[in-house]
Parts: sequence; C-alpha cells; structure tokens
Amino acid sequence: MKARQADRYASIMLWVGAIFILAILVAFLGLILGRGLHYLTPAFFRGPEGVGGQLFNSFYLLALSLVFSLPVGLGAGIYLAEYAPKNKLTDLIRLSTESLATVPSIVFGLFGMIIFVNKLGLGFTILGGSATLALLNLPILVRVTEESLRTVPRSYREASLALGATMWQTLRKVILPTALPGLITGVTLVAGRALGETAILIFTAGMNVSRKLFDLNPFAAGETLAVQLFAAKSNPLPGTNADQIADGTAALLIIMVIVFNLCLIIPSRWLQYRLLGKNKE
Amino acid sequence: MPHRSSWTYFNDRVSRYLFVSCAVLVSLIILCIIWFVGAQGLSTFRQISVREFFTSSQWNPDYGQYGALTFIVGSLGTTVLAILLGGPLGLAGAVFLAEIAPPWVRAFMRPATDLFAGIPSVVYGYVGLTVVVGAIRNSTSSSTGYGVLAAGIVLAIMILPTVISLSEDALRSLPGTYKEASLALGATRWQTIRRVLIPAASPGILTAIILAMARAIGETMAVQMVIGNSPRFPSSLVSPTSTLTSDIVMEMGNTPFGSIWNNALFMMSFILLIIALILIILVRTAVRKGAVR
Repeated sequence: MKARQADRYASIMLWVGAIFILAILVAFLGLILGRGLHYLTPAFFRGPEGVGGQLFNSFYLLALSLVFSLPVGLGAGIYLAEYAPKNKLTDLIRLSTESLATVPSIVFGLFGMIIFVNKLGLGFTILGGSATLALLNLPILVRVTEESLRTVPRSYREASLALGATMWQTLRKVILPTALPGLITGVTLVAGRALGETAILIFTAGMNVSRKLFDLNPFAAGETLAVQLFAAKSNPLPGTNADQIADGTAALLIIMVIVFNLCLIIPSRWLQYRLLGKNKE
Repeated sequence: MPHRSSWTYFNDRVSRYLFVSCAVLVSLIILCIIWFVGAQGLSTFRQISVREFFTSSQWNPDYGQYGALTFIVGSLGTTVLAILLGGPLGLAGAVFLAEIAPPWVRAFMRPATDLFAGIPSVVYGYVGLTVVVGAIRNSTSSSTGYGVLAAGIVLAIMILPTVISLSEDALRSLPGTYKEASLALGATRWQTIRRVLIPAASPGILTAIILAMARAIGETMAVQMVIGNSPRFPSSLVSPTSTLTSDIVMEMGNTPFGSIWNNALFMMSFILLIIALILIILVRTAVRKGAVR
C-alpha cells in the first residue's frame, strides 16, 4: 500500500533528521573541547596573558546584573501572576515584556551606550555593563516568575486567605516557597545566557581588563570571557598566541554552559523532592 | 479574633504598590529604548535623505555617502536562508520529539537541544569561522568562504532550539482526541501528522518560526565573525558582505558620538528594533487567530 510506504519513509526521514540534529551538537562539543581542553592548565588563568581577570569579570557582571534585574523581574512577574486585572494596563505590560524579550541584544548594547557611556559620561564600566545586561535578563525573569507562580494550585491561596492572611503574607509564606524550584530554574537559565552575552558588553563594559586581579571597582572597564573570545578571533594582535587563547576560552565557555545546564536539572529536582517530603510530615 | 496591627495591612498595601511599580517600570524601559535609540537614529535624516539611506548601496562615510541597502539586504538574506535551512530541520525534530521518539530518546534529546540554546553566540561564531568558512572556501569558487551562505548556516543551527522547543510544545498541547480520531479513521501515523497535527498546531509553529526570525535578524557576534565585513552589495551567496548588526559592531568604535556616521549606525539599530517589534505583533496575531479557530 502506498500510504503505508509513505509512512515508513517519513518515519525514517524524521529519525534521520533527529540524528542529524544530535550529530551537529556532538560534533560541535567535540570540536571545541578537542581543540581547547588541553590549554586549560592553571597557567592559562594566571599571569598578564591569563584569563583569570576575564573569568572573574564574567561572574562579577552576572552577579551585579542579577542584583539589578531580580527584584524588578520578580516584582513584575508576581504582579502579572497574582494581581493583574484584565485591563489595558496589564495588556500593555504583557506587550512590553514580550517586546523586551525580542529586542536584539545589540540594541540593548547601544541603548546602554547612550545612557551610561555618553549621557552619564561614565565611559566603559562594569556598572554600565551589568545594568544593561539586567535589561536582557528582565523579560526572562518576568516570564519565568509568572509561569512558576501559576503552577501553584489555587487551593493553596484560598486556604491561606481563608485563614485570614493578607495577600502579602500568603505570597511570602505560601506561594513563593512552593514556586521556588521554578524560580531557581529561571535564574539559572538567565545566568547561562548572561554569561555568554557579548554584543551588549562590547558597547558598555568595554574590551579592557583591570591589571589587578579580582578588581571589585564597578567603575573599571570589565572584559568578560565571551568578549575576549570575540576579540581574540576577530582582530588578533600580531605576535600573541591569540589562537590558543581563543581555543581555550571557547572550551572554558562550553564547560560553563554544560555545568549550568546540569545545575538547571539537578537542584530543581532535588528541591522539589525535599519540599514534597516536607509537606508530607 | 486576635487584634492585628495596622502594620500587617500597611505591608500588604505597600507590597502591592511595589509590584505594580515593577511592572510599570518594565513598560517604561521598552519605551525608553524606543525613544533614545529612535531619537538618535532619526537625527540621521537631518543630513541624509531617507531615500538615499534606504535605496542606495553606496556606503562610503568618508565621502558622505550613507546608503544602507547592502546591510538591510544582508540581514534579510541571512535570516531567510537560516529559516529555509533551519526551519524544516527544526520542525522535523519537533515532530520527532512529539510523536515518534521513544521516551528514553526524548529524555536525552530534549536537554540536548536546550544545550544548543545555552551555547554563547561567540562560540557559534568561533565554530563557524574555524569549520564552516573553511568548508565553503574549499568546496566553492569563493576565495575566502565568508558571506551570506556561511552566516545562514551558522544561524540555521542557532535557531534550531527555538524552532524545536516551541513547535514541540504546540504539537503536544493539541487535544489527544485529534490524533485518536484520525488514527481510528484508518490514517497512517504520517498522514495523521501531515494532515491533522501540523495544520492544527500551525499557529504555534508559525510563532516558533517568527521568533526564530527575530533571533536570527538580531544575532550579532556569530554573523560578524563569518560574514566577511565588506560593505559591498553581495554578488553571490559566497561573497563577503555585511549585515546591519555586523556593520554596527565593526564601525561603532571608530565614530564619535553624535556624528552623522554614528547617527546612521544608530538608525540601523533602530531598523532592527522596529523589525523586532513588527515580529512581536505578528506573533500576537498568529496566536489570536489560533485561539479563534
């Protein structure tokens, strides 16, 4: 029968497509780790050419950007999930969040440049870079917060409110603890994206790294690992080992991504397990 | 009932206002971005005619020529190519995950595609530069390997996770009765997928494709590393050219803030912003149409 043959043919094609997708990923990871893994010795991080400063800056910028974006993102997400009435304002806020999520990161970068580098006259700083990076985090945090709060059963809220708790008490003692695994997943997701971000930081945090290792000054310029990989690959200085640095940095970035993805899966499952265990007692 | 201090109610009210103001702040941010980038970009047209900017491909800032057509075509060309290559593959992956994959394959493949999404775009550019560009140089007449084709291939891989996860969600959210009805009528699995499931999930799949386009057109670092960065109109798929994003990265550092050249670059980023906003409105209409049906 023709239909049966077509069915078998299509199944085979879909399997081939799926295997092709996985093969791309395996080739990708194999290539990067194969080229760069053997450069990752302690010497790679230390010294004037080492990437220790960039590695530190990556996490420092990430932490600062979360300080800026987490309160606002959580607040807006809570508003959308718990308070928002069906009206024009809520529609506008939803539209803004969705738009913010599709704004290309280079546009954020240029916006940050206008505000922090030119209008405020700060120049390229870690502060400006992390504040602009926070704009990239914001829509994801809002969406994840709203989604994880919506998974909390309605009966929890009703029970708490019926006991006479205010909405704020209900949120703090009932809703947020229950939604915690989802929120943590969201933050890890954001962190993974922010660590790899480049286009924003070139225009706001600059492409220089402080000579002091672990420089906490937020008004210093702060090149991150991803920016360094870009710099080493797109305009390598002659006479340096830019290619080796690029290979090693790419491998380091990929390892960080894999670690973050594992973090995404493991702690949220563990937390869920713990919370459910606690509820049974 | 125990007496409750007015603090309890005060806190409740204050927290409510805080949440509302957070939400309003998010709206203000996007308006600020449109305002600042737009104002900076549109001031280009005090010196340059709109017509020259959009219809000329002569980009020679040293001679006062600011025709951005090359970059606009470059951005649209790479995006369309990425969708043509990555869209069908991603959709196949989504159908596979939703309908065909045994549970153990799915348990493995879903996190794997999420890993694709987590890889930083500079790393995509790095791989594009070391593998894709070289392969194109060796297999075509191109002397460098840079160009729209290399950028399209890299972007096609980058949009896979978006297409796969959103299309799979759309396929999974269909009521099980659709599939059961079709299979009960004697349709094969492929007939069911092609005639019932994909049409029924089409608003969701369309959303996935549009969001993938938004990602591709705004992608900067990966494209900049493989496009060749020559401000010339591309004569073929494998000749070095530029896109809106890649040219902004190349030239922004050399131009003083407020100069015509600088403003023209801001205008290019404003075009990107407008395209992103149009795509979001398209997504909203796609979703609304799906809901009515």
